[in-house]
Amino acid sequence: MRVNEFVEFFNLKVIAGEQGLDREIRGGYCGDLLSDVMANAPVGCIWLTIQGHLNIVAVAVLREMAAIVITGGREPDEETVQKADQEHLPLLKWPHSAFDLAGRLYVLGVGAAPTP
Amino acid sequence: MRGVDLYDHPPYARNLADGGSNQTVCRYMASLKKFFFIKARDFVHAGEASIHIQNLLKSMHLDPALIRRIAICSYEGEMNAVIHGGDGILNVNIESNRLTLEIIDEGPGIQDIQLAMQPGYSTAPEEAREMGFGAGMGLPNMKKNADDILIESEPGKRTRACMTFFLGLTKEVQ
Ligand SMILES: Nc1ncnc2c1ncn2[C@@H]1O[C@H](COP(=O)(O)OP(=O)(O)O)[C@@H](O)[C@H]1O
Ligand SMILES: [Mg+2]
Repeated sequence: MRVNEFVEFFNLKVIAGEQGLDREIRGGYCGDLLSDVMANAPVGCIWLTIQGHLNIVAVAVLREMAAIVITGGREPDEETVQKADQEHLPLLKWPHSAFDLAGRLYVLGVGAAPTP
Repeated sequence: MRGVDLYDHPPYARNLADGGSNQTVCRYMASLKKFFFIKARDFVHAGEASIHIQNLLKSMHLDPALIRRIAICSYEGEMNAVIHGGDGILNVNIESNRLTLEIIDEGPGIQDIQLAMQPGYSTAPEEAREMGFGAGMGLPNMKKNADDILIESEPGKRTRACMTFFLGLTKEVQ
């Protein structure tokens, strides 16, 4: 599934990185501890987190992620939005919990992919 | 590269001419060196050196799994200097058969390196923990992903983390 299909399906809000919306989603990851995400998130995944600060963009770029979803209705910092735009990394918003969205993703067939 | 026969060099020798703004590229024989300045507590630019290095390694067509291991190590080393250390420098040195990352920062150093290497041990301040740093997994993940690692510190003065990766070998990381 591509990020734009996912966005339409769940009516997510795109906050930044529109240029990257055609990326393919390969698996997902939930995590708020950056060392854990950096070491374990699958490449090409969609990352569900409550963190909204700038440094999530570097982690997503280094892990070659498809997109970041900020869950729980939280707002990213303004700097995060700018950086995500620069990197063409889609930054999305979801009003409910990560658990809630992860469950829906599984139904769509986006499960946890093994880390290559 | 003047006067040097490309034939004697590994394929990446052709990609060496991509100097960046705050980077220096020195070329001699078949080795490539770059360095990046790291500023303590500068969360705005934190991670940029690691992204540069990753892009460079991709342009050299190194094995993607190896690039990922190197990215984990450079990111964790860079963040440790930003969060715990003083201003510092990240050196990357690429030779035909190996790559070394060296991160040196100007203190306050590590009192007990064995303790710092324990999974879960962290002295990260509350503000860093709120940002999702301070899991105490940085040094253990560096150890796990590098083929060789050396952490040295003069308490009160400086810390040096040096990691080596053998190119062309595959390391199983579980
Ligand atoms: N460059 C450094 N300078 C000073 N102390 C450091 C440095 N790197 C690591 N440390 C110490 O080692 C501890 C463990 O580091 P690490 O495993 O990366 O976990 P974390 O960064 O999440 O705290 C840190 O909390 C800190 O006390
Ligand atoms: Mg660390």
